[in-house]
Formats: sequence, structure tokens, C-alpha cells
Amino acid sequence: MDSEKPKKMNRRAFLKGTASAAIAGGAAVTTGCKGKGLLGSSEAFALEFQEYFKKHYRLMTQAERENTVSRLERLARLRQHIDLDIDTTGPSDAVLYGYAFNVTRCEGFMECVQACVKENNLDRKSNTQYIRIFEMEHGQMSPDQGDGKYFHMVPRQGHFYMGVQCFQCDNPPCVKACPTKATWKEPDGIVVVDYDWCIGCRYCMAACPYWGRRFNWNQPEIPEAEITRKQHYLGNRQRVRGMMEKCTFCIQRTRKGKLPACVDACPTGARVFGNLLDPDSEIRFVLENKKVYRLKEDLGTEPKFWYFID
Amino acid sequence: MKKETTPKNLISFIKDTLLWNLSGSIGYQIYLCILVCLMLTGVYGYVIQFKLGLSATNMSNIVSWGFYISNFTFLVGVAAAAVMLILPSYIFNDKDLHKVVIIGEVVAVGSLVMCMTFVFVDLGRPLQFWHLVPGIGQLNFPSSLLSWDILVLNGYLALNALIPAYIVFCHYQGKEPVGKYYKPFIFISIGWAVAIHMVTAFLYQGLPARPFWNNPLMGPRFLASAFAAGPAIISLVLHVVNSTTDYKIDNKIFNKLRIIIVSAAVINLLMLFSEIFKEFYFPTHHSQSAIYLFFGLEGHNSLVPWIWTAISINVLGTLMLAFNPFRERQVFLMPALVLLIVGIWIEKGIGLIVPGLVPSPMGEIISYSPSNVELFITIGVVGLGMFVVTILLKPALIIEKRYEDMDI
Repeated sequence: MDSEKPKKMNRRAFLKGTASAAIAGGAAVTTGCKGKGLLGSSEAFALEFQEYFKKHYRLMTQAERENTVSRLERLARLRQHIDLDIDTTGPSDAVLYGYAFNVTRCEGFMECVQACVKENNLDRKSNTQYIRIFEMEHGQMSPDQGDGKYFHMVPRQGHFYMGVQCFQCDNPPCVKACPTKATWKEPDGIVVVDYDWCIGCRYCMAACPYWGRRFNWNQPEIPEAEITRKQHYLGNRQRVRGMMEKCTFCIQRTRKGKLPACVDACPTGARVFGNLLDPDSEIRFVLENKKVYRLKEDLGTEPKFWYFID
Repeated sequence: MKKETTPKNLISFIKDTLLWNLSGSIGYQIYLCILVCLMLTGVYGYVIQFKLGLSATNMSNIVSWGFYISNFTFLVGVAAAAVMLILPSYIFNDKDLHKVVIIGEVVAVGSLVMCMTFVFVDLGRPLQFWHLVPGIGQLNFPSSLLSWDILVLNGYLALNALIPAYIVFCHYQGKEPVGKYYKPFIFISIGWAVAIHMVTAFLYQGLPARPFWNNPLMGPRFLASAFAAGPAIISLVLHVVNSTTDYKIDNKIFNKLRIIIVSAAVINLLMLFSEIFKEFYFPTHHSQSAIYLFFGLEGHNSLVPWIWTAISINVLGTLMLAFNPFRERQVFLMPALVLLIVGIWIEKGIGLIVPGLVPSPMGEIISYSPSNVELFITIGVVGLGMFVVTILLKPALIIEKRYEDMDI
């Protein structure tokens, strides 16, 4: 279930590594990528060079944002021969996203996990997943007592299921921890990462009480056919090794008025997503009419993710 | 010294410094070669890590900080410990310790270089490191404790490099250093030494997500363990200096350091006991990490032998130093110091970092031990630290010795 690390190197690969490492290391200087085919195109190199010196996303003007997006799209064309559509849609006024999870309904099929992996271009090599489903026995309340690695027919008698992902806290400890301001809370409540600004120190990971963040220990790999082309700068665009990433409530979808992939994929209707500021939204109905609770309330992180029981 | 005709300026200072560093006995040359080999081992490891990313380490999304950060934490303490020499020698004018204060400061510089290198090799994207630099980057100050740590460590490095550099340079020129130029910085550096270790403790202490770290005793205990392990390491360096150079160190100094070490080590053990009591008198859900560390959980008990070894040798070393049955005979003093250093290194390094992260907030339990790449890089960083200490100490002691002889 959790991201397995790639195999440790044996002695042979270790030695072989050194020879090519010197060359690759030099080539990878501007990219943070594997050196393969990098110097093939001077255009790609120039683009990489400009990308390396770009500013923090929040400090960019609209024109600078468009420039970096076009550079990223061009680089994808040059290197992976695919056409991406990266957008930078900002938050809307009077929108604050919230999420509710129906513990009674979830039957542990994990369709949401698969949909999330695909939508968000998560690394297939290390099997990175934003969502985790825990199988719980009755009487348990917190997922750390449940089984997050179950592998059998579901639903299982006498058990219930709890989904966990980034809770998009209103008082996020990860944001406070980040030494470079590479992660922050957007006005619509989504906690995002400027991947290119992250230096990979992993302090946010230590600060998160919900295990909501994932690190790219290796260079992520996605089969070309499975890459989701519609991307957002702060959402599902492709990451490289050494960056932190996390659930963004599918910012590339939700800011366009769609539902997150996990909500769309859920076959039992256990997942509710909507605008907390809209009194007629389903999420508001749940909060007002169901018995809801949140995890680790005592920490004061104010998650915007509620569990409820029918 | 009167016969000296060449002008003694900054250029000749640098030239002489280099010259003194390159010349030396065969033994010294071999020693330098060994250090270079250690550093090359580290470079080798880092090239692999740079190529593969941090997947070359055994860290994972659960144990997201490992051996590097463990060593970093320990070494911040060693750096801070220079204050235990600076305080008595400059403030209380202790003549004996004044003679070795320069060695303490050089050890601090070496430790800080190691600290920063450990943080650097731990970064997922080292090339984006400039994002931290105020002005061109975005330092999240004062919100992030890591940004505090970066500032205080660099400040402390500057203080501990520049104050001795000034004093040594004056001595090189045969002058008495002017008090008003460096004394204020001495006072600052004393407070700063405490700050670097408190801030490093706050780095962990400030995380409610990790109950094992979220403990108000951590800062004070960091200081106590630092003031034991740091002077212990300085004593070892003094021993090496005493036995390999003509810069002779009196036994009185070793005894004074021993008393400092024992006092700090006893306070450290007391606080350790207090922590253990809290975790085990009435174990709660938050004691899981401590149980994992001391007894293992669900069969994951890789840390158990380490921590018990650490505590045993910690106590043994402290007792040996406290009761001093061998009257400062170095043959017995040095092993006791090594026991204490290793004990604190284990307990404050891997015994502190890994259990803070296990069980994960979602209750997962795994084992962690450093990979070969992590070990190689660590060896390299330690080699680098020893190298820095050596090349700074060698000319400094030559100058100090000459200055001393000149006085007489």
C-alpha cells in the first residue's frame, strides 16, 4: 500500500554507477533529471536553464506564469513528445473547499485510489498513493489502529473502512515548517506545493500529523499513454525526484468546477465534496445534518475533511 | 623572532598557513592522505546519490529523516560545546583553559562544517539550495524553525571562525589582540552557542505531529548532552595535539574538562531518566515510539540493542569519569571519554530521530538502518570535518606556540 522503495543496489550496479555518474551528474545539473538525451537539444537546454532561475510561483506576474507554462509544455514536447495543457487557474472568490467521508458507505473497493493515481500522475515505480483506505474493526476510531494493507475481498464482515488523504488543514503545520515558503494555503483552502521551489528537506513531512505528504525518492515513472495531459501548475503536473507532493483536491479539476477524481470514482457515494461557503451545497448539508468528526482535533490543525456516519 | 625581516601581513599569513599545512612528518602526510581518501569515499557516495536521488538511501516516506539528520543533531551539540571553553577562559579569565580555547573553537568550526554538509546531502534537490538564501530566495523566517536553524548555524560559524582568526592573526604579527575588537563578539558567541542547540531542539520539539519529540525537556537535554559529548571530543583532540605536536597540554586542563563533562553527563542522565519515567510509568498511545525504541514493536526491534548499548556505555563512561579511579591517567581517561561520546551519539542521533518518525502518524512500523551510500557519505563528511579541524589547527598552534615563546 505505501510507497515501496526501489530495490537497493547491489555491488555491481554500484560500481557501474560511478562511471556514468560523473557524466550524468554534470548533465543533470540544470534539470534534476536523469541525464539521458539531455544535451541532445540546445533548445531544451536553454529552456531548462531558464526554468532553473525562475521565481517562486506566488511572486510571478501573470506573464511570467504564462512563460513558465509554455516552457514546461515545450519541454514535454521536446523530451517526451507529448502535448500538455498546463493551466494556472487561480482561486475563485467565495469558494472554500471542504470534503466529507461517509464511513458507513465506504466498502473499501479503492476505486478512488486508482483514479487518484491516474489523474494526478503519481509515480508508478514507487507506487505512490495520496489516498489510503484503512480497514477498521468496529470499536476502532482512528486509522492508526486499522489495517492499511488489506488485500482480500471487500467488504469484510464486521469491518468498516476509512479513507485518509491530505486534510487541507486550515491551520496547516506543514506550511509553517517549510523553510522556503514552497508550500502554502490557497484562498480557496487548498494546501499546494510549488514543486519547482521545493528543495526537498522533508521538514513538512515530519510536521504533518496525518501522513498527508509524499516525497519523490526516485525519479517518478509513468507509462506515456497513462499521463494525464490536462494539468495544473500547482496540481498534477509531472514532478521530478527530490520534490515533495501531496493531494490538492485535484486542483486542476475542482477549479474548473469538476469534482475531484476520487469523488467521481467512488462507486458507493461515500465521498462528498463541495464549497463550504455555499449554503446549498451537499457538503454543507452533511455538516449541518450528520454527526461529523475529524481526526486529531486536539492538535488544532482544523482539517477541512470530516468523517460522518449515516 | 627579532631576526624576522619579511613583512607580516595578510598575504604572508595565508602563504605561511598553507606552507605549514603542507609540510610535516611522514606520519602527518599519511594522515592527510587518509583524510583525503575518506572524503573521496564521500564524494563517491554522493555521486551515486545525486544520480539516483535519495532512493539511494534507506529512508522512506515513513522514516523520512535518517542517518544524516541524526549525525547533524549530534554535531550541533559538539559545535555548541565550544562555549564550555570560551566561557571560563574569556569571562572568568581561566589561564589554563585560555590556552586551549582556540582548539575548542576550531572543533566547533569543524563540527559546523559537518552539520551543514549533512543537511546539504540530505536535501532532495541540492541545486535548488539557493531558494533558501535571503534576497534571491525565500527564507520562511520567522515561521519555520528550519530557517532559524540555518541562520543561527551560519552566524555561529562566522563567530567561531572570525574571532579566532583575528586573535591568531594578531599573534602572528606578534601583537596583542585589541579587546574591544573581539570581546563583544565573545559575549555574543556565548549566547549564540546556547541558541544553536536550543533552536535545533525546537526544530523537533515544535512538531505536535510527533509526540516523541514534542517534549519541553528536549532543548535543555540537548544542551546537557552537548556539554558532555562536546568537551569529551575536545579532550580527545587535545590528547592528539598533546601527543603529536610540541604544543603541550597540562594535565590540569584535562581534569578541568573532565569535571565539566561529568557535571553535564550527570544532568543528561537525570533528564533521560525523567523522560523514561514519563514514557513508561503510565504508557499512553504517545509512548509507542519509546516502546519501539527500547523494546521494539511488532517484531521491529533493530534499534533495541543500540539504545541499550548507548545507555549502558553512557552510564559506564559517566561513572568512570566521575570516580576517576585512575587519577587522570590518559590510558583510562580516553576510553571513558570514547564510551561517553559513542553513547550520546547513538542516543541523540539515530535513537532520537528514527523513533520520532516511527510509528508513522498512520500507525505503521518499520525498521531503518542506513544504506551503504549513507554510510559512505557520512564517512566522507566526517573526513571533511577532521580535515577542516586539522588544517585550521596546525597553523594556529604553530603561531600560538611562537607567540608564547616570544613572551618568554
